[in-house]
Amino acid sequence: MTVHGTRTIRVDTLARVEGEGSLYIKLVGERVADVKLKIYEPPRFFEAFLRGRHFSEVADITARICGICPIAYQMSAIHAIERALGVRIDPRVRLLRRLFYCGEWIESHTLHVYMLHAPDFLGYQDVIAMAADHRAVVEKALRLKKVGNRIVQLLGGREIHPISAAVGGFYKTPTKQQVRDLVADLEWALEASLETVRWTAGLKFPDFEQDYEFVALRHPDEYPFNEGRLVSNRGLDIDAAEYEDHFAELHVKHSNALHSVVRGRGSYLVGPLARFNLNFDKLPEVACQAALDVGLQPPVKNIFRSIVVRAVEIVFACAEALRVIREYDAPAVSRVEVPNRIGVGQAITEAPRGILYHRYALDENGLIVTAKIVPPTSQNQKRIEDDLREYAAQLVAWPLEEATWKCEQAVRSYDPCISCATHFLKLVVERTDAGI
Amino acid sequence: MLIIGCGNRQRGDDGAGILVAERLRDLGISAETRSGEAADLIEAWRGADDVIVVDAVVTGAPVGTVQAWDPWQPLPSVRTSASTHGLGVAEAIELAQVLQCLPARLQVYGIEGRRFEPGVKISPEVQRAIEEVARRIVARLNASQQGKSDSFT
Repeated sequence: MTVHGTRTIRVDTLARVEGEGSLYIKLVGERVADVKLKIYEPPRFFEAFLRGRHFSEVADITARICGICPIAYQMSAIHAIERALGVRIDPRVRLLRRLFYCGEWIESHTLHVYMLHAPDFLGYQDVIAMAADHRAVVEKALRLKKVGNRIVQLLGGREIHPISAAVGGFYKTPTKQQVRDLVADLEWALEASLETVRWTAGLKFPDFEQDYEFVALRHPDEYPFNEGRLVSNRGLDIDAAEYEDHFAELHVKHSNALHSVVRGRGSYLVGPLARFNLNFDKLPEVACQAALDVGLQPPVKNIFRSIVVRAVEIVFACAEALRVIREYDAPAVSRVEVPNRIGVGQAITEAPRGILYHRYALDENGLIVTAKIVPPTSQNQKRIEDDLREYAAQLVAWPLEEATWKCEQAVRSYDPCISCATHFLKLVVERTDAGI
Repeated sequence: MLIIGCGNRQRGDDGAGILVAERLRDLGISAETRSGEAADLIEAWRGADDVIVVDAVVTGAPVGTVQAWDPWQPLPSVRTSASTHGLGVAEAIELAQVLQCLPARLQVYGIEGRRFEPGVKISPEVQRAIEEVARRIVARLNASQQGKSDSFT
């Protein structure tokens, strides 16, 4: 079928999202003429807001940047400041931080897999419509997400904007019994997550593979959360302190967000696919086997399959949480005292949707001189556009409404902080007759 | 009675629900704060039979307007809050209806907001509305404790 004329896929903005986004794709005949993904809300306000604040306030402030991944923001901030100040933490505090991150991954991945992404594959407008036909599935998702929430509440100290994590440790650490009280829930969650892997693997995926540069942390002994070298499948192998030497942020006219690129190469992919492909050998046996049982092994190059990889990472997070709980003893001192001093520190941690880079410069009074935050969604933004350019070209012959739906689904595969927007977007269709 | 204030106080008027909860706490009344994300809300009110939720809304009404509705009224075509990721209070109610886990009594107060950008100050009209909603909740609690029949004000 030959398609003439100019067609525009436009997905406008709606409020009430962590970041507001819109999508614009211009098709001229069978050619994709333009792709613009607009993200309006980089964390520049917070970078400015942090200047002049004492480093002890940073974890609390950065936790408010994102309602879904406050732990990631806290962890990157705390690790960067600890590096700036030369702080060494108790190994038991390190274990607790891994448990903390497990909670956030379980919460965030479960929300995305079941409530934001699954409706796409099953043909529902949203999870509310899906729940009418798949009540047990949604009930299971709510229970699974709550297990993550319990971990975050226990370690974070309250229900939202956790306040317990601090430079040097935690303001308050749980007792051995308190973490052991999580075991029954986590054992159930592990089984539920294994079912989730099988359930997601049974969905139908578009045939769409791309040659990505995958970028993720890699640690010698474990699937990455807070530590490791930053590596890629194209030879990158750097410390967090070298991040800005190897990655650049480019201003683009159509978006307030900055486009991140690997210097000299271009777009790259962060998040579950990158972690899975670069760290498959570090997954615990139960997660590794769950992936292999459904035929999932690296390299996974189809972004739509990220829903299955997220499910595998929920398995990992449950298994890792149980491991930590088995090993945990409350530290004698929950938090080491950290004196003020001049320093610069960078850290990268693995937020649920990909690497989150923080850099802080501190003065002699421990006050923030400069702060830099590069969130995963802005790092993936150029890659999303590159994917849409390829994907939209496959869709030129489709009815516009279906093509738009499929493009939205592609965007949601990245679990961007704008995924919420794309579920409620109003579509504006513009058509131009052939010959124009 | 379970009282839940939703939002993010770092985002201007989106902090309205949180500030109502904090105002009530200042008065010695127990109130939770939540992001307003739907799954979290459903779990928060699961098992409770009398729940009040407060959130910022965008309906096109004048800023600072207070609206109150219960889930058995037709849900207004609004989206609550600027801060939740994906699904908010309205979706929590719809989803809970489908899953048949709505509290026996649930009232939502929506405070019309205007400014939701990170770091902006809360609108003066919203500030006044916060006081109004706190007063209305206190009045309802008092009426409830005096054994009077509750009325949705």
